Amino acid sequence: MGAALEIRDLHVSIEDKPILRGVNLTVKQGEVHALMGPNGSGKSTLANVLLGNPAYEVTEGEVIFKGDNLLEMEADARSRAGLFLAFQYPVSIPGVTLANFLRLAINARMKAVDPESKGISVTDFRRLLRAKMDMLQMDHSFAGRYLNEGFSGGEKKRAEILQMATLDPSIAILDETDSGLDIDALRVVSEGVSKLRGPDLGILVITHYQRILNYITPDYVHVMYQGQIVESGGPELALHLEEAGYDWIREKVSE
Amino acid sequence: MVAVRQRRSTAPEAPLYTRDDVEALSVSEPQWLRESRLVAWDLYERLPMPGFTDEAWRRTDYRHINWSEAGRPIAVPNPTLDVVPQANLEPLIGDEQGGIIVFVDGELVYYELNEAVKKQGVVFTDLATACRDHEDLVRPRLMTKAVLPFEGKFAALHAALWTHGVFLYVPRGTAVELPFHVVMYNSGDGATMGHMLVAIEEAAQATILVDYLSAPGESQSLYVGATELLVGASANLRYVGLQDWNRQTFEFSYQRARVERDANLDWILGNMGGELIKQFIEMELDGQGAVGRVSGMFFADGHQLFDQDTQQEHNAPLTSSDLLFKGAAKDSARTVWQGMIKSLPKMQKIDGFQACRNLVLSEDARMDAIPGLEIEADDVRCTHAATFGTLEEQPVFYLMSRGIPRADAELMVTEGFFEELLDRIPFERVQERLRASLEAKIVGISQIK
Ligand SMILES: Nc1ncnc2c1ncn2[C@@H]1O[C@H](COP(=O)(O)OP(=O)(O)OP(=O)(O)O)[C@@H](O)[C@H]1O
Ligand SMILES: [Mg+2]
Repeated sequence: MGAALEIRDLHVSIEDKPILRGVNLTVKQGEVHALMGPNGSGKSTLANVLLGNPAYEVTEGEVIFKGDNLLEMEADARSRAGLFLAFQYPVSIPGVTLANFLRLAINARMKAVDPESKGISVTDFRRLLRAKMDMLQMDHSFAGRYLNEGFSGGEKKRAEILQMATLDPSIAILDETDSGLDIDALRVVSEGVSKLRGPDLGILVITHYQRILNYITPDYVHVMYQGQIVESGGPELALHLEEAGYDWIREKVSE
Repeated sequence: MVAVRQRRSTAPEAPLYTRDDVEALSVSEPQWLRESRLVAWDLYERLPMPGFTDEAWRRTDYRHINWSEAGRPIAVPNPTLDVVPQANLEPLIGDEQGGIIVFVDGELVYYELNEAVKKQGVVFTDLATACRDHEDLVRPRLMTKAVLPFEGKFAALHAALWTHGVFLYVPRGTAVELPFHVVMYNSGDGATMGHMLVAIEEAAQATILVDYLSAPGESQSLYVGATELLVGASANLRYVGLQDWNRQTFEFSYQRARVERDANLDWILGNMGGELIKQFIEMELDGQGAVGRVSGMFFADGHQLFDQDTQQEHNAPLTSSDLLFKGAAKDSARTVWQGMIKSLPKMQKIDGFQACRNLVLSEDARMDAIPGLEIEADDVRCTHAATFGTLEEQPVFYLMSRGIPRADAELMVTEGFFEELLDRIPFERVQERLRASLEAKIVGISQIK
């Protein structure tokens, strides 16, 4: 039995405005879930809250991850516990290179396990990073660039997946990783994610489009609407949404 | 309120020096130097102490200086090189340097000039020796072209009483690849007045780093400095000055560069230490096609006060200047940057840029940035900017979301802010040194100084 991320009746507000209004969802290692839903329905809010973004306030509910109450943990502890988020809009951080940052992220993991750890050696790290960059067909020069600074939309998304591949999470949330990628990049990135897929990785793919799901076939598809998951089904639900849009969801909810 | 107003109305007191001090200091110096010191002294006596009515001093109250303590000579017998931190003596790159001069408490303790560089006709020596042995080169330049004795009380004081300094002269057409290094280290409390005179002749090229630092102090210290950079036509000078005095030091200094036709100046300044730092940093682009870049980084914590005045003066057509200052303040520190771009009338094709970016790291810290333009030409492109920000939460969250603990994430984001300027310092070891002192400031262990 793999570990699970269990979201129970989660309510979230931003500046006193309720955004999530009772979300229930369980993602287990080895499973792929897709989360769809119209703009502004709260998908990114859910992703950010799961990682502990301080901009959001949880007003009700709980999230259990590997038996711990996730909401009581700091963002860094959540990450080290095995949670990962590929951001929809990654921020840029001037002066911090991608390579340096990733090495420190790996070292923070090693230190959490063993406080005496000296961290990954420079050669091992370089080898690891090169292999992952090659898998995502990224130019090695990205390693020396400041984090997301001046990256194109697609380059940012690729760098997010590079981080996922390097940090080896047990549950990964991909927030619209497909948006901003050209057709070739979408293929490379999706194939990269597919390669990581396996019994030890649970994935929550947030997307508006079927395209990415052609590469990463979901086991389950959920629809979020106005801060709640209002519909769940198998992969055919995504295909249906692609054709029919969200009007039927709106009608169903307003009934 | 009343008490405050009364306090503000008290004019600053002058230091306690006398003409006898000048006479004593110059007793064995060449006649011309002795005379120029005495002329400066007379000037000093006539000039007023800068006060709150002067725009440039309005934000800097230095009346807590105790002249009888800070102004006395440093009384440590027989200073030696051993007291200087090893990190400040290491070659800047590789294991060779163009030359190194080290002062401890204003006394020359170490001197080395690379043989090959010497053969190129370069003069790199302490200023007292230079005044004796190279009068022809020094006399026409010493406080006659860049920093002038009459521009302020402290400039005149320096001209009358400078205690030590360095003369770097690179002859025409000579490119020196190896960097020069000057260390002004103080081991005891009291006053020093250091001078840097750098003259790079036509089409010559040089790089130099000056380190200012001192051991932890028990009482106040004073540094009254002057830096003069004379960059000849088509010459290329890279000048880095890093200040890390102890927390009881008051610095008042004038630094001015004059850049001739088609010459290039890359000037980098760092302020980390001191109790109160007041610097005038001025670059005059005198010749057509002159280009100057000024980069300043500063980080004030505790109750430090840094006040930096910068000027970019376009005195010729087709000149371009680019100034970027980046600083942070935490605790109850205070920083002031006041910048001005000036041009003479009818100067065509002038390109001037200035920006000061401030990172305010605590509620009690206060940072002021006042940009200014005085442009009388019309074919100009001048822009200026001053920005203020606090440590942003979202970048910190981003790093934390990858497993990096908050303290490290905050450190990375704050250090990242300075990286652009650190990158401009051409010596990796010096970058590392600065990163370490930034880190000490960010995590709050630098107060021991
Ligand atoms: N920092 C914020 N301040 C104010 N409102 C916010 C903030 N973040 C999100 N919201 C609001 O919360 C709601 C949900 O936003 P969220 O980003 O979660 O939607 P989404 O489902 O991810 O949409 P999209 O498909 O466009 O990415 C929106 O109405 C949005 O405007
Ligand atoms: Mg979103």
